[in-house]
Amino acid sequence: MLEVKDLHVTVEGKEILKGLDLTVNAGEVHAIMGPNGAGKSTLSAVIAGKEGYEVTAGSITFEGEDVLEMEIEERARAGLLLGFQYPVEIPGVKNIYLLKAALNASREARGEGEIPAPEFMKLVKEKLAFMKMDPSFLQRAVNEGFSGGEKKRNEILQMLVLEPRLAMLDEIDSGLDIDAMKIVADGVNSLRSEERAVLMVTHYQRLLDYIVPDKVHVLLDGRIVKSGDKDLAIELESRGYEWVQEESAA
Amino acid sequence: MSEDIQPSAEQRFLERLKARDAVRGAEPTWIAARRQAAAARFEAIGFPSKRVEQWKYTDVRRIRDGEFALTDDADFSPAQAAALTLPIEAIRLTFVDGVFSPELSDLADLPDGASVEPLTQALADNHEAVGAVLGRLTGVEFSAFAALNMAFAEEGAVIRLAPGTVVEPPIVVQFLSRANEQAVMSHPRVLIQAGARSQATVLEHFVGERDAANFTNVVAEVFLERGAILTHYNLQEAPLGDALVQSLQVEQDRDSRFVSFNVDLGGALVRHDLVAELNAEGAEAQYYGLFFAQGRQHVDNHTLVNHNAPRTFSDENYKGILGDRARGVFNGKVVVKRDSQQIEGNQSNANLLLSDRAEIDAKPELEIYADDVKCAHGTTTGQLDEDAVFALRSRGIDEQTARGLLTLAFAGEVMDKVGLDAIAERVELAVAGKLPERFNLGSLVETGLLEEGASQGGVADDRND
Repeated sequence: MLEVKDLHVTVEGKEILKGLDLTVNAGEVHAIMGPNGAGKSTLSAVIAGKEGYEVTAGSITFEGEDVLEMEIEERARAGLLLGFQYPVEIPGVKNIYLLKAALNASREARGEGEIPAPEFMKLVKEKLAFMKMDPSFLQRAVNEGFSGGEKKRNEILQMLVLEPRLAMLDEIDSGLDIDAMKIVADGVNSLRSEERAVLMVTHYQRLLDYIVPDKVHVLLDGRIVKSGDKDLAIELESRGYEWVQEESAA
Repeated sequence: MSEDIQPSAEQRFLERLKARDAVRGAEPTWIAARRQAAAARFEAIGFPSKRVEQWKYTDVRRIRDGEFALTDDADFSPAQAAALTLPIEAIRLTFVDGVFSPELSDLADLPDGASVEPLTQALADNHEAVGAVLGRLTGVEFSAFAALNMAFAEEGAVIRLAPGTVVEPPIVVQFLSRANEQAVMSHPRVLIQAGARSQATVLEHFVGERDAANFTNVVAEVFLERGAILTHYNLQEAPLGDALVQSLQVEQDRDSRFVSFNVDLGGALVRHDLVAELNAEGAEAQYYGLFFAQGRQHVDNHTLVNHNAPRTFSDENYKGILGDRARGVFNGKVVVKRDSQQIEGNQSNANLLLSDRAEIDAKPELEIYADDVKCAHGTTTGQLDEDAVFALRSRGIDEQTARGLLTLAFAGEVMDKVGLDAIAERVELAVAGKLPERFNLGSLVETGLLEEGASQGGVADDRND
């Protein structure tokens, strides 16, 4: 589904990713772990198309399409969605509007018509309930005045409504208390299916107790230096990253 | 440059006036006298130069150096007029390049106690009644343009409400500008006299043919008696070659309320002067404005609130959105006269620049000569939040729509107060282009969604109603 090959990325002249390789297949949940500054957030930002990141070498393909040639919105419509670490506040744009406009943009790209209002309402109500969010929230401006936990839940709500093929979650667990974490994890788990994949970037093993990954990767100094299953995350939690570093240097 | 070779701009305009005087029919002596006085005043002060503080940022050469004829016909294709007319139920007076068009007007829904008529009609019926008030506000001292208007004025709208009269449908005064072979000018008057406790909505709509390049110099005077409530809209969608100067002064008696919505979307050179005189306790003025300009449009909003009495209130919020090489001016002034205690006056102005070459000159001013007042003002200028643009695009919304949405959202604070959906729609289209839905969705969807169990059936039923 997602194929990242020998990806080199510089930000403001500084090389952050230095030949990253990653393959994510449909049906899989991947977790990328690593210390601060290793390039975790850079990877998801580059895949989503954020400006300020220069790809100097390598490739990213999604279902065989060259992602780097696609506009930001085309990536989203193709099913690549990024859940932000720091969701931005958008005063004056209501959540309900964003959800509907975004959903219809993807439907149009697939050659489907606009979603009928009753169907949309049913869908949104269902997903809201799942995320334990109050309907009044739809009338509020996107993320404006939201708590950290509400912002993260809102990111997942958007995912549930838009049903991405590949959901990328950037530090979705940061700033969440345990109750909010469970709700967010339930949301992400409900996205799991044979056709879909999830790529999580996280700092802490704790999230992976709730969203159990199929594959865990260690990102160090711009490269994936070790991959394993969920047990690798547990090992990282107890032993830290130094041993991986030493192992990869050897 | 010697004067005897090149006539001054003022002289050229006054020549036109002289020619007009020669062909105009007989008039009551008071009108002729006021014309003469106005012409003298205009000649004495002349068009404002940029050295005049009030015109520092607005260059009027487009008007001063223009050749504008006068017209006497109101021919306009009904189909085209229909396309330009705001699609709302309304009482309507239409002027084509300043000339009254009975065909494009509709006065059928007028309730008892309300009178809406062209100025020529009001003069024919009782010129003394008109003369008693015309020019008392927004007079020849107001500005060179107000003086010029008084010198030329022949037509306009006269709206009178007897005490206690409530007019439900909006009264639309529509100014259509034509793409003439020779550019024309018009100097319409709007006179509104609202009796005690009367209530109405007046909408001045400036619109016209795309290639028009005319000059409209409208002067409005509004008298609100005790407890009268007037909501005044300007929907300014003048053709992009037009110059428009609008001078509006309101006199407010006790407990009266004047709510002004000023929406600027069109025009090459636009200047508004909006002045409220809060003359007695409880009088309240609210000014809400949105100016949106692109290309090389120039839009200048000068507002003034005079708190002439204790316990008077004003609230003002203007938003400016400027793209390309457009230029905006916002000058809002609040004056609290000596001993006008317990005043509340709030003013805010925020501007959004969509391009590096767009420019705004914003100046809020407070002059307070009393000590027990609550006044605040502030102005900000910024750009679109690029992180928000990315956030929207990363959800599949195309860039143009994303920028449009955020631009419109900026105007939201002001637009939320606009009670006429038709105006909100025009703004939406001008500012954001054609959006996927009504912005922030119509109330239909919202209520349907929020009411428990009102899902499918509820909406279907609403549609069938």
